[in-house]
Amino acid sequence: MNDTLANTEKKTAYILTLPAVLLVFSIILFPIFANIWISFKEVELKDIRIPEPRAKKIVKSISDEPTKIKILYKLRNSSLIQEIRDVSFQDNFPKNFEIENLDPRCSYKKYNLKCEFGNWPAKYRENFQVIFATNDGSNIDKKNLKSIKPKLDGKSDNILLNTNFTLKNFKKVLFENEFIDLLLTTFYYTFFGTVGSIVFGILTAQMVNQKFYGRTLMRSVLLFPYVAPVVALAYTWELLLDPNSGTLNSLLLNYQIIETPINLLGQKYIEISILGFDFKLRLALTTVIMFEIWRYFPLAFLFILARLQAIPKELYEAADVDGASPFQKFFNITLPQITAVISILFMIRFIWNFNKFEDVFLLTGGASGTRTLPINVYQQGFAISDIGMGSAVSIVIVVLLLMFMFFYFKLLGKRVDEN
Amino acid sequence: MRTKNTILFSLISTFFLIFLISIWKILATLQGLSINSFNIEIIFIFGFLISLAHLVIGDRIKSIYKSIIFSLIFVFCDGYLIQKLPIWYNVGVFLILYFFTNKIGKYTFIGLKEEHSTQVILFDFLTLFGILFFSFVILFPFYMMLVTSFKTQIALLVNPLDFSINFGQDIKDLFKSYFVIFKSYKFGKYIVISTIVSVGTVIITLLFAIPAAYAVARLNFFGKTFLSTSILIIYMFPAIVLVIPLYTIFSQLGLRNSIEGLLIVYTATTLPVAIYMLQGYFKSIPKELEEAAILDKLSWFGIITKIIIPLSIPAISSVALYVFMIAWNEFLFSLMFLDNPNSFTLSRAIQYLSGDAETPRQYLMAGSVVVTLPVLFIFVYFEKYLVSGLTAGSVKG
Repeated sequence: MNDTLANTEKKTAYILTLPAVLLVFSIILFPIFANIWISFKEVELKDIRIPEPRAKKIVKSISDEPTKIKILYKLRNSSLIQEIRDVSFQDNFPKNFEIENLDPRCSYKKYNLKCEFGNWPAKYRENFQVIFATNDGSNIDKKNLKSIKPKLDGKSDNILLNTNFTLKNFKKVLFENEFIDLLLTTFYYTFFGTVGSIVFGILTAQMVNQKFYGRTLMRSVLLFPYVAPVVALAYTWELLLDPNSGTLNSLLLNYQIIETPINLLGQKYIEISILGFDFKLRLALTTVIMFEIWRYFPLAFLFILARLQAIPKELYEAADVDGASPFQKFFNITLPQITAVISILFMIRFIWNFNKFEDVFLLTGGASGTRTLPINVYQQGFAISDIGMGSAVSIVIVVLLLMFMFFYFKLLGKRVDEN
Repeated sequence: MRTKNTILFSLISTFFLIFLISIWKILATLQGLSINSFNIEIIFIFGFLISLAHLVIGDRIKSIYKSIIFSLIFVFCDGYLIQKLPIWYNVGVFLILYFFTNKIGKYTFIGLKEEHSTQVILFDFLTLFGILFFSFVILFPFYMMLVTSFKTQIALLVNPLDFSINFGQDIKDLFKSYFVIFKSYKFGKYIVISTIVSVGTVIITLLFAIPAAYAVARLNFFGKTFLSTSILIIYMFPAIVLVIPLYTIFSQLGLRNSIEGLLIVYTATTLPVAIYMLQGYFKSIPKELEEAAILDKLSWFGIITKIIIPLSIPAISSVALYVFMIAWNEFLFSLMFLDNPNSFTLSRAIQYLSGDAETPRQYLMAGSVVVTLPVLFIFVYFEKYLVSGLTAGSVKG
């Protein structure tokens, strides 16, 4: 009795979860394996389209002979690079049609024209012509003839399915294309973006955790950058930072803080001297990181605020009795209480920033030293149209992420053990 | 000790005042006033003197009179004598000063003698500073987006600092950018497409997620722990990695440039979060209700529709709202899968608009306002639901 109950429970569970599992597996897990497959192939964007045999039907009447008609099929292979094998052709005709010139490749039975055209190489073209006459002497309706479409079929290799593999893509990704620079840019972007958003998250959470008038409103406002569409925000920032008539540059010029406009999103380096030390700052990258921090600190804010509100009040009251200063309270009570949240946040934000594509793409398109790995996936795959290369970069991203997660959890595990 | 604290207090409060007035000056500049300098030195001297005078006077004068007197003196000297600016500007300065003198009102000589008093002051002013700073930094781009959409190309080029809107003009001129993007750039159509895609994603996601979440929350089956951990791992997985294989597969299946294609991808990417959030809530529903239902011979379908769904309306609406926002804001897949202007979503349409260097920026900003407003409206209106959802699952992005 119990056994059957457990069985029905199992069955129900599988029925309930199956649709979701199938969809997620086919759209998320399958593509990841497909990525590995594609990354070992030489595929370009134009190879993706499956080659098709095509025919355009043109109906021509023959002068002085209303009972006869000429039909021209413009045949072609849609692919410029691949051949199609065993092309077959079929077309139907009205019940009073007799064929006049039967091609040796074709047969005409029951008012159905069937042809076997064999193999078509890439770019193949042929004008194939047949003449028909009605067997009862009636005139021909051209419109009706045109409306019947011929059917074509053929076999072709799907470039994605053959088993020619190569290591070329990975060699290119890892040894050419300034891979180290790409990695460093991605690392700067990810690391400083993550740390910055967490620091601002702590500051704002600490701030909103005080009592003041309009506190709930402030909490909503702080979340605006996070919930608004990235497209709108990126273009607004672009406008704000524009060197020619952007608001920021105009303001700085107006107050004579700068003498010439600064192209914050288009300039790779800027020379800065602090205390006599001259160094080069990656300007566009810094701006993009600023945008990233601005957009994502609300998430950190929300997590940390939730944690702050759960800290028992007694801890602070006890500290007050001991005569602790506000800074002592912050460093000795608040910070230790939020380290767990911060370490989770660091991981989540690090992973997401590492994969962030839209923000950089919309602000700079990856120019001026802001090309990160995800941008490179897009540029390789779609700008240069080398799908194989793009896939290889994606695989590199996945491997780096897995490595990060592995070390992070190992490190975290150790610290938990020590405690 | 007392002198040190007094000077520190005056310095901190003065910096705060400088910050307040500077923000006001920036806003005034953007209304077309020609202010070319912050006059920090003068504000510094006045602020410092006011803070000191406040401490010295103490409560010998009623604080309200004290505030008014200080504010008036400042406004008279700074706005009237030195800068000669219009009245509305000076009214603003007066209000700022009134606010400021009220804020410093609670500090007295006696208070300054207490332990850690400088740290307390620093903390208080940092909080105030933070509130204003973050409000300004966050709201300014939104303000700019809105204002720019009401300007004309010429006005923007002549004086990029003039954000003032002439409300006196004809409604047609005022909303010209909006009329143009709806008429010439088919934004009406894109709104419809975006809405269909987002609402569709919500419906399909819920249809798939509710049963799955129920199974994960309540039923025992082989592979349950594997399923619930893989949900979380998949949730962390990068979208950019999926783009190339999905693009090739969708191209071969003819799903690019179609709403169906987007619906499939959006549903798949939001499902893990939805299941994760829902199963957490389902677990909190008391089991006894279902046990009673099983005795009444209700099938699992009956249990879900008659018991689980009615009891978890708050959680379901929070998931729904938040899947809607993800789908509405989504950009990467719409960029990859849509290249025919007839099937664009709003985000993709705006990006397409910006691709043409000739497009006037006010159109771009009007488009941005159109895509942003619904989301912000939903967010502010349903904030309570959404915030709990955000902390439970955290919007992917």
